[in-house]
Amino acid sequence: MSLLEIKNLKKSFGDNNVLRDISLNVDEGQVVAVIGPSGSGKSTLLRCATTLEIPDSGDIKYIDEYLCRTVDGVMQYAKKDKLKKICSYFGLVFQNFNLFPHYTVMKNIIDAPVKVMKQDKKQAEKTAMDLLTKMGIADKADAYPCNLSGGQQQRVSIARALALNPRILFFDEPTSALDPELTGEILKVIRQLAAENMTMVIVTHEMTFARDVADHIIFMDGGVIVEEGSPEEVIGNPKSERTKAFLSRFEG
Amino acid sequence: MLPMPIIAAISPKVVFTQLLGGFELTIRLFFLTLLFALPLGMLVAFCRMSKFTPLRWITKLYISIMRGTPLMLQLMVVFYGPSYLFKGADIERFPAAVIAFSINYAAYFAEIYRGGIESIPKGQYEAAKVLGYNKIQTFMRIILPQVLRNVLPAITNEVITLVKDTSLASVIAYTEMFSVAKRLSAKYLSLLPYAGSGLFYYVANYIVSIVMEFFEKKLNYYEK
Ligand SMILES: Nc1ncnc2c1ncn2[C@@H]1O[C@H](COP(=O)(O)OP(=O)(O)OP(=O)(O)O)[C@@H](O)[C@H]1O
Ligand SMILES: [Mg+2]
Repeated sequence: MSLLEIKNLKKSFGDNNVLRDISLNVDEGQVVAVIGPSGSGKSTLLRCATTLEIPDSGDIKYIDEYLCRTVDGVMQYAKKDKLKKICSYFGLVFQNFNLFPHYTVMKNIIDAPVKVMKQDKKQAEKTAMDLLTKMGIADKADAYPCNLSGGQQQRVSIARALALNPRILFFDEPTSALDPELTGEILKVIRQLAAENMTMVIVTHEMTFARDVADHIIFMDGGVIVEEGSPEEVIGNPKSERTKAFLSRFEG
Repeated sequence: MLPMPIIAAISPKVVFTQLLGGFELTIRLFFLTLLFALPLGMLVAFCRMSKFTPLRWITKLYISIMRGTPLMLQLMVVFYGPSYLFKGADIERFPAAVIAFSINYAAYFAEIYRGGIESIPKGQYEAAKVLGYNKIQTFMRIILPQVLRNVLPAITNEVITLVKDTSLASVIAYTEMFSVAKRLSAKYLSLLPYAGSGLFYYVANYIVSIVMEFFEKKLNYYEK
């Protein structure tokens, strides 16, 4: 089943055409890695898919509902209630975590479920504790983000996103803000999620990781998808010169 | 022979009692100003950051006038202005003082709040949005608590200044402590009432700094 379908997405900032015509599809349980040089529009793509950026035109569909779609050249977003529902389908993990510094780890995770989704607090705490245990940081529930390492903060932010039970989780360079020795713990968590069939779209510069964890690789450059396919195809045996040039930078 | 002017002998006890009476009015002015100016400042900060350009410009002008002209003059305008413009539109001294202080301090608080709000990283809003918080929830639950913590030291400075600035209300003959000190000093030809009032201001601000320090500690439970 298709969870996310993007069609002819375009976005420019002034005369900088960041997304030129992006179409892609993500099936349930699929792990998609998005790779490409800096400035190719990877973050903008995720930001459009998560309502942080408004595309100029194109359609974004989650399951069978349009988040936004262009009808007769006019961009239309889903109406309020529907929008709320569609937005609950996805979660986003940021490069620099964006945890709430004034809340404990526990509150960071349960605040949205309790205050926004009106879930029962006890139940939300239990879910949060399970997630923290899974992330290996159950002992940090009462700590404040400032007292955690970058890797621990990123695991909290993954738990925070998962607590809302999204159907699909986006990651924008989840390890780029971390010291190299801490990236492993995050990649491990993502691998674990992949093993549990979590649907994920991951923007990453970790080629080895992308090849290991992803079912599908998308190589973006200059606002278009230059090449996509299985890791074997795109990373193992790239067809486009641009893909080859990009990948050669990661060898040796 | 001209009779010598009779100067009453000064009694510290009388001075203290009278100053204390004035101090009560000082305190009243102080608390009412904070009560109005602290929230009003937030409203002004929002107007100052509004996307609606005319509102933004008017607010900017208001703030620059409040900060660019003497508070003493503003007090006189608020007190004498209405009756000067419209016959019979008199205003009592006390409300005039409260209004003048409130709109003046709101301008200063607004700039402090604005600085605090603008210092919150964009990522906080984005994280909140993706987690489903609406605009009001985002502001009340995520942004405001961080802003308050960040601006509290600057607010403390203003509050301490306010304690001393209340003496300016003597310009419209509101009988707060400084007016009382002036009157006693003239009556007894003594500097003792001034010294006494200085002590009162000092003690008041000592208490203010202890209270604000308590709040600062309370809000400093996390690091940025
Ligand atoms: N809010 C914005 N306003 C103006 N230009 C922007 C904005 N956001 C992104 N851009 C521009 O869009 C282009 C693509 O940016 P984007 O962040 O999507 O690239 P990226 O592929 O994520 O790069 P990186 O690997 O460095 O994260 C860049 O040229 C960037 O300067
Ligand atoms: Mg990026």
